Amino acid sequence: MLSKLFTHRSTVLATALTTCLSAGVVQAQVDSVHFLIPGGAGGGWDSTARGTGEALQKSGLVDTVSYENLSGGGGGKAIAHLIEVADQSEDTLMVNSTPIVIRSLSKVFPQSFRDLTPVAATIGDFGAFVVKADSQYTSFNDLADAYLDNPRSVTVVGGSARGSMDHLVAAQAFKAAGGDPRMVKYLAYDAGGKAMAGLLSGEADVLSTGFSEALALADAGEVRILAMTGPERSKAAPDVPTLKELGYDATFVNWRGFFGAPGMADAKRDEFIAVLEKMYGTEDWARVRDRNGWAEDFRPGDEFVAFLEQQEKEVGELMRELGFLR
Amino acid sequence: MWDGILTGLGTAVMPFNLLMVVVGCFAGTFIGMLPGLGPISAVALMIPITYGLDPASGIILMAGVYYGAVFGGSTSSILVNAPGCASTVVTAFDGFPLAQKNQAGKALALAAYSSFTGGTIGALILLFAAPALASVSLSFQSGDYFALMLLGLTAVAAFSGKGQVIKALLMTVFGLMIATVGTDITSGATRFTFGSVDLIDGVSFLLLAMATFALTEVIMTVLRGQHREAEPEMDMAALGSMKLSREEVKEVAPTIGRSSVFGFLVGVLPGAGATIASFMAYGLERNLASAKEKLKFGKGSLRGLAAPESANNAASTGSFVPLLTLGIPGSGTTAIMLGALIAYGIQPGPRLFMDNPDVFWSVIISMYFGNLVLLILNLPLIPYISRLLAIPRPILIPLILFFSITGVYLVSFNTFDIQMMVLITVIAIFLKLLAFPMAPMLLGFILGGILEKNLARALTMSDGSFSFLWDRPLTLVITLIAVAVLLFPLLGTVLGKLRGKGPEAAVAEGEG
Repeated sequence: MLSKLFTHRSTVLATALTTCLSAGVVQAQVDSVHFLIPGGAGGGWDSTARGTGEALQKSGLVDTVSYENLSGGGGGKAIAHLIEVADQSEDTLMVNSTPIVIRSLSKVFPQSFRDLTPVAATIGDFGAFVVKADSQYTSFNDLADAYLDNPRSVTVVGGSARGSMDHLVAAQAFKAAGGDPRMVKYLAYDAGGKAMAGLLSGEADVLSTGFSEALALADAGEVRILAMTGPERSKAAPDVPTLKELGYDATFVNWRGFFGAPGMADAKRDEFIAVLEKMYGTEDWARVRDRNGWAEDFRPGDEFVAFLEQQEKEVGELMRELGFLR
Repeated sequence: MWDGILTGLGTAVMPFNLLMVVVGCFAGTFIGMLPGLGPISAVALMIPITYGLDPASGIILMAGVYYGAVFGGSTSSILVNAPGCASTVVTAFDGFPLAQKNQAGKALALAAYSSFTGGTIGALILLFAAPALASVSLSFQSGDYFALMLLGLTAVAAFSGKGQVIKALLMTVFGLMIATVGTDITSGATRFTFGSVDLIDGVSFLLLAMATFALTEVIMTVLRGQHREAEPEMDMAALGSMKLSREEVKEVAPTIGRSSVFGFLVGVLPGAGATIASFMAYGLERNLASAKEKLKFGKGSLRGLAAPESANNAASTGSFVPLLTLGIPGSGTTAIMLGALIAYGIQPGPRLFMDNPDVFWSVIISMYFGNLVLLILNLPLIPYISRLLAIPRPILIPLILFFSITGVYLVSFNTFDIQMMVLITVIAIFLKLLAFPMAPMLLGFILGGILEKNLARALTMSDGSFSFLWDRPLTLVITLIAVAVLLFPLLGTVLGKLRGKGPEAAVAEGEG
């Protein structure tokens, strides 16, 4: 078993070696991709990179795929590493998601997406508001009214720290309802599952979490989803209304996507984009996607950059209002 | 329900699934034995393999690897004082002293029996009470966890030797302080990171345990070796008898029984887990021991070994309750297993045992087989495994260093962790030379983080009022137990002194 781990490391080395040797040679197609994962095994970033790699390799779009986990600093360690070894990293794709925007705003790490080459966002999830099956709140409007009446009467629970995603999504929604976002009574847990246990124990009224996670929980019958933050209803759950249609102007997408090293050549970036776009049509991708319950949300190249800038602006304003930024 | 159990039994005894149990247990035991490589690494390694299997087989394999790793982790704790995983840190407290007294065989055998009993009792409770226990695990709110962690902290006395109370308390506070490093999820602020990206996620328990036990122990051995060359070297190859005498069985049987049930209940709580269960079971056992037996704890007490070993295995089994019946993972390992279940298109939850009875019941029944397999697999191997100690020190010591450091590195893949391990080891050696005990620091660290988060949540809920401590009967009861455990020995001393029986009372006080 251990030897397996070492093989994994030696693949990394071997890939690094080939990368060095082939540098300078013009490549007609993508021979190899090296995924840099800013977190440990088993997390969301890990499954995104390994799932994408699996689809790319099995469908024959890419010959060799290798992975490298490097956790630390909420992803900051991997960003710094990618910048440091940028010269030798032209085949490297780092997986990341919305937290890169939030954490760079809150100065968890000094870099931002601008220090990297955004390649493409590939999948997206939305925020969702979940209550216990026997909750007194039957619609998000009820919840918003209660919040407007007395913000401290609504307890929100989430699986991330105060000032990060789950908290911000809730603050954004209550702000759109006309409430004071700073008054949100938020109980922070360190994982979504534990936050769910908090909701079910009765200590909170509503859980702010990811939509796909919420769908899985609602299937079990213990909870109901009041609303989600997508621009329109999801095909996976057409019964769940969006905040927008309920009259609250708030949308939020938690994207996952890939970044290249700084200074990546445009041609190289376009190759990656082309290969990722091709991947969507393959059966191997469909299998990986369905296995993980992912929703496709493709934003390549400049569209991705524009989207990141927009999200940075929106989230930044909210965080400033909440007092997390000066 | 009986139909389901029969379906599950049918699935579990299919030759392929039995093979999966054996393979899982074997792989898990082996990975678990390597210092630092624990169940989370072991289960994560299995993910790619399970994709090719059908759901029941895949989960049976993962479960086998999981409790196999918890089982195997005790081996390196006992033999070389290098905990195989977080939940076997406590095993080293009394297991290693036993091995030093040339009783390694007995210690390993007792660990195997305790693990087996803990796992089996856990599997039996799981079989008959899983759905009912789910509601118990859900009744715990932040305030209750806070009170429970307070109770856990009262166990600090159990981790201090005689006359070391002040030092033990200081080290507990030190552990509580280390727990505050990193991002405070309640405020979102980072604390004591000194601007370093690497400290944002805080210090990992495994890293701290490996540095203060495995590395410190090894380096102390080297240091001692230089000064006292003449000291007769312990006959490392001597296994000692593996047999427990009738008196010893009588002594540990009640311990194993209590610790199994207690460990299982703690494991059921999504906010606690196997490591906390092992610490609390050890503390509980010492509080129950007579004044004379108390002195043996930390110096090779059989009860001190049996308690955490039964509790951690029972707790690992218990953690399947919230996972299978609610879809809530209580630990990193069960979170990975949840991911695997969902990848199979199986949503764990209250309906799992109706929708997928083959998966639900076969996993539980396979745990029973698994524990049997582990016992059969491990008992005959003990003489061979303990030959490990016969390896000459110049080879053994670098090996332990290598595996300890690699084990921690393979969790995060961050070289900073290795630097931090070295720094902590240096500090730990100084503290150890000054006779400060390390165990209370680990206790303070592991309970401190959970204690603080739950206190913060409870205070947020009650708008800053401490009334949560008595608003709910459950919280009140746990708090009162904690206060009683804390004050009872003190009260005994005071009463004893009032009656003028000073000297005897001092013995009974138990550093409480």
